[in-house]
Amino acid sequence: MPTLIDNTRKPKAGAAVSAAARAKGKGPVAGQLYKPRQQIYPKLVHGRWRTVKWALLIFTLAIYYITPWIRWTRPGDLPDQAVLVDFTGRRFYFFDIQLWPQEVYIFTGLMVAGALALFLVTALFGRLWCGYACPQTVWTDLYIVVERLFEGDRNARMRLDGQALSFDKAWRKTGKHLTWLGIAFGTGGAWIFYFHDAPTLIRTFWIGQGAITAYVSCALLTATTYVFAGWMREQVCIYMCPWPRIQGAMLDQHSLQVTYLRDRGEPRGAHKRGQTWEGRGDCIDCHQCVVVCPMGIDIRDGSQMECINCGLCVDACDDILSRIGRPTGLIAYDTDAAVAARACGQKAVYKPIRSRTIYYALALALVSGLTLWALIGRPDADLHVIRDRNPTFVRMHDGAVRDGYTLKIANRTFQDRTFDIAFDGVAGARLSQPGHPGQKVQVLVPADQVEAVRVFVTAPPDADRASSVPGRFIARSGEIQAEAKTVFLSGAANPR
Amino acid sequence: MALERETDEVTGVETTGHEWDGIRELDNPLPRWWLWVWYGSIVWAIAYWVVMPAWPGLTGYTKGLLNHSDRADVARELTALEMQRGEGAAMLRTASLQQIESDPKLQAYSQQVGQSVFGDNCATCHGIGGTGGKGYPNLRDDVWLWGGSLEDIEHTLKVGIRSGHPDARISQMPAFGRDEMLPPAMINDMTEYVVKLSGRPADAAAVARAAPVFAEQCVACHGADGRGVVAVGGPDLTDSEWLYGSDRELIHEQIHSGKGGVMPAWSGRLSPETIKALAVYIHANAGGQ
Repeated sequence: MPTLIDNTRKPKAGAAVSAAARAKGKGPVAGQLYKPRQQIYPKLVHGRWRTVKWALLIFTLAIYYITPWIRWTRPGDLPDQAVLVDFTGRRFYFFDIQLWPQEVYIFTGLMVAGALALFLVTALFGRLWCGYACPQTVWTDLYIVVERLFEGDRNARMRLDGQALSFDKAWRKTGKHLTWLGIAFGTGGAWIFYFHDAPTLIRTFWIGQGAITAYVSCALLTATTYVFAGWMREQVCIYMCPWPRIQGAMLDQHSLQVTYLRDRGEPRGAHKRGQTWEGRGDCIDCHQCVVVCPMGIDIRDGSQMECINCGLCVDACDDILSRIGRPTGLIAYDTDAAVAARACGQKAVYKPIRSRTIYYALALALVSGLTLWALIGRPDADLHVIRDRNPTFVRMHDGAVRDGYTLKIANRTFQDRTFDIAFDGVAGARLSQPGHPGQKVQVLVPADQVEAVRVFVTAPPDADRASSVPGRFIARSGEIQAEAKTVFLSGAANPR
Repeated sequence: MALERETDEVTGVETTGHEWDGIRELDNPLPRWWLWVWYGSIVWAIAYWVVMPAWPGLTGYTKGLLNHSDRADVARELTALEMQRGEGAAMLRTASLQQIESDPKLQAYSQQVGQSVFGDNCATCHGIGGTGGKGYPNLRDDVWLWGGSLEDIEHTLKVGIRSGHPDARISQMPAFGRDEMLPPAMINDMTEYVVKLSGRPADAAAVARAAPVFAEQCVACHGADGRGVVAVGGPDLTDSEWLYGSDRELIHEQIHSGKGGVMPAWSGRLSPETIKALAVYIHANAGGQ
């Protein structure tokens, strides 16, 4: 176990917390019960990671808003929507895949695979999910774009917030909040289309004929989007979300994290053009990494729980470094191990393959494989048998024994089908349906439905028959067949 | 123990003074919005006490301004259920028993109604599975004292057996021993005769002695061959089904003291539709004669 470099913030004596830090809401305020939120004004930044973030923002939001509108032709009166969670019909449609409630384990598999993928990515590259793909991050980014549109960039926004109310301030603030609410409503609105036929709902919704759940969900998501992305932002990550706290178990000294290369940057200080760079660090203490940070932290204090690994400070720092003619990468995606190695004068090596990532990758492959196998291997028809438990068997007047069963036949095809039911395993047993003596047992199961039928199996008197004989039911319709194992009980031999 | 609140060096934040295995807990201040949410929930709780039933007292509880009551909700929902059931009942009223049995929807509905009604009213004697017990007929097999057709079952349900209902089904096994209609020795012989009827080995001499008496006393109800007479509720003595048991002493006891149970008449207690549904339910579970 290599020792970790102490990557925490510089030790400070409690009493020596700077006034500046206190003003930024960093330090404790003695005797204070609460800490008011410090408004953060992230500055616009340009660069490699910002570009990636814009691309992902457009991509993920496009997926979210457009998906319900993708049409997909299905037979019969099944909904023609590619992705639909149909609660009333109790079906989930995803393009050519159609899931029933009893296949909820496939969702379970997906969820577990998703969690493992998150573990793997975090172990390899740190909190990329938080910085690039989390809805909280994406929508906050979008909201800041709107904010910038109405109020200008960081400095203008800070000035505006410090001004007394004027007409100029009023219309900018009003415009911003109305646009935010519009986006929030669009978000809540997009959500409900996943649960109802989108073109139908968009008509019925406005004339008050949508489902009550649609209005409630829409209102709820509108409210949460507006509050979380507009007002709370980093508070959600710091105080509400468990992921920052859990990540400590995923990260190790080989995970890539946004890191301030202390060895290169210190001692920091202002630098005048023409001064030598000898005997000093590359950090000129320009605070650009701080002003662009959406979480309002100073990455130079080291790895922190608040950091979402979004790389905006990397872009900001690289921009400054290239202007002052120093090599970029003073703040970079780097590992604790590399920092420690350089500190000892060794060569830093990035090790993506290590026991932790191997375990995560194997678990991910296993769970994904099982889920895929379960999904592909779903039969067109299912048969389930529920034995009568009271009575387990009935003895007839001539000593014959009769057992009752309830069969449930699921027809997953898109045609109505008649299933012929057969039973085998017990010598001389006859299968019958109550109320239809002497007829063959046939069940009509409508397309995409489950049908239940009660049947009797009657076996002739046989003193040598075991009290429990294994048997099986077969439901066949054309080339489609489903089987289910069961037992035939006949108690002890005839008591006469 | 007084906790020593010291300041953590790294963060500059005070600790709570707690320490577990060298791990100390920071005492960071709460976010302000969190406190507001908390205060808000306190206000919400107080408002909830006012509008909803909340505080128990010695004689009752505070009712709340909204007058909400879960019991009232349940009552309302039960009324709605009755309304819904009314539709099913109306269908059952007009349909014949055969129609109910052959129509999958009505059959399914009857199964639902029948199951719950059977559990409430019949299972006490016949068992929850309908398999009966000593003195209580098994409703699952194909042996029916008074007939197992849909109409027979419905009629039995309506009027009962020895129930006091004017049209009740009545059969009476005489107490040949207790009322001294036959001498004890003959009752012993007759027991052997009945054992023989059901195909088991018996004392041939006793059987021969009992045969003329059987022909004289028993054939009216049990038939000349002992196969029973359904019209009068006379049990079949040749099959494997015994209401009071198949052992010699139990048969002897039945000839001696002639027990007969009572089945209540349900026509006054259950609606005609419910009785129909129950008849279909029992008939289907018995395999349907």
